[in-house]
Amino acid sequence: MKDLESNKERDAIQRRALLSRLIFLVPGVTYIVVLMLIPLGFIFVYTFLSRGTYGGIETVFTLSNYTRALDPLYLKVLLDSILIATITTLLAFAIGFPVAYAITKLPAHRQNLMLVLIVLPFWTNFLIRTYAWIVLLNTQGFLNQGLMKLGVLSQPISLLYKPSAVVLGLLYAYLPLMILPIYSALVRIDPAMREAAVDLGASPSEAFRQVTLPLAIPGVLIGGIFVFVPSLGNFIVPELLGGGKMIMVGNLIRDQFLKARDWPFGSVLALSMVLMLLLLFFIQARINKRILGVNHA
Amino acid sequence: MHKIGWLRAPLYATLAFLYLPIAVLMFMSFNASDAPFTWTGFSTKWYSVLLHSPLVIEGFKNTLIVAVIATVMAVILGTLLAIGIARYQKSSILEAIALTPAIFPDLALAIGLLALFATFKLSLGLHSVILSHALFCSAFVTAIVRGRLAQIDSSLEEAAQDLGDSQVGIFFRITLPSLKPAIIAGALLSFTLSLDEFVIAFFTDGPSTPTLPIVIYSMVRFGVSPEINALATLVLLVSIVIVIIAQRNVKVQDSL
Repeated sequence: MKDLESNKERDAIQRRALLSRLIFLVPGVTYIVVLMLIPLGFIFVYTFLSRGTYGGIETVFTLSNYTRALDPLYLKVLLDSILIATITTLLAFAIGFPVAYAITKLPAHRQNLMLVLIVLPFWTNFLIRTYAWIVLLNTQGFLNQGLMKLGVLSQPISLLYKPSAVVLGLLYAYLPLMILPIYSALVRIDPAMREAAVDLGASPSEAFRQVTLPLAIPGVLIGGIFVFVPSLGNFIVPELLGGGKMIMVGNLIRDQFLKARDWPFGSVLALSMVLMLLLLFFIQARINKRILGVNHA
Repeated sequence: MHKIGWLRAPLYATLAFLYLPIAVLMFMSFNASDAPFTWTGFSTKWYSVLLHSPLVIEGFKNTLIVAVIATVMAVILGTLLAIGIARYQKSSILEAIALTPAIFPDLALAIGLLALFATFKLSLGLHSVILSHALFCSAFVTAIVRGRLAQIDSSLEEAAQDLGDSQVGIFFRITLPSLKPAIIAGALLSFTLSLDEFVIAFFTDGPSTPTLPIVIYSMVRFGVSPEINALATLVLLVSIVIVIIAQRNVKVQDSL
């Protein structure tokens, strides 16, 4: 009898546990599945369908959207975008690494303040942060006028509406996303490891190269992805700072969905962007695994 | 033992790089002249111009509606999901899915949502922006609350359970109060994120109900004007104040 009762009790506890599991998990998971995963499935299916006469989708199977993406015209946009995003990412690393390293050298309370100052602009309106550069760089803008007053320039120079302005805008927008992960990787390094290297006869710069740098790689990779991916898909910076002459893959996707209304072709372009993101995460996971594997050995 | 030395240079140069454009913009918003670049004297007239612009007022109202409702949804969805993952179903796949809306390119989310609404013949308007914003905002709430749950001890909840408190009682008397700072921070951040979000709103909004970022976009495309500078200054200040308040509850940099 007693067994039976404790069995019943256990069942009741298990039922309650299952119920709370459902209450906590189902709403959030359902929301993400319905509003993100299923729509991504739609996009994938669209890539094989035809464009309707008046926009929209016709359920006629075709591969022409894919072959069209290989047209040199579009391929160039894709490669240009990858180039711009790569340059932005490399610059973000070149600036972000010393900055992250410098923050780890500050006293603890100042570290926190610095990190807040670095991320604060990131939480503000993206359009406005981009617009601020127009105010600053315009031929009649702050920088040109200032340099002319100082006698450095005799006439205003055009700083906007070229690829370098796009790189600058993207760098400005996403630099914090490079600094933070590198910082977290650096602060996690046990100082004893560096000391051990120095005790074993390494010079400080050797210790930096042999210990600090390799252990920072996971943070660098995450930072790289966090800068590269949004740079690639951005259409605001090329439009506002590139003057509309610079077309990146983000602009192309936006136009296919909102202007040309060629959703199947836009879907192919979006899919290529998503696949690139997945590929980067895959590579990052592989490299991480190798670094951790070496450390464990 | 803190030696920063020459590393000061890149650090302070980067801070200057991050804040100079914002500072110049704010400064120029007080320019008396309507010539966008030449300083002629101090004035707050562009701020009163804004208050009389029906488009800006309308955009602000729409944005406020979206941000408030999307934040309420995001807090409920995100908090429940974070507790579910931390306490009931530890799974790295589940965790990855929960955070994807925050990491995924906004453009990909935007076209997916547009496709979804089109397929189910749902009209576009503030309701579709609200549903869309709740998606990525909830991922930020999940991340922040999940981070807090990892820090707090579950032994209090277990003790309460041993003492015979009900699941519901434990949730409301122990779990929820200990998560309060994280939930407040999550709500504040999701509110600013929604307030400032442009790409997803641009795709999922209807033509008659522009949100404030959509209004700003239509203005900045036509170049620099003192009204935009004033509007931009206000929008920047609102976000900065909200994020600083959120910062008092959790380290916001940990949740990016």
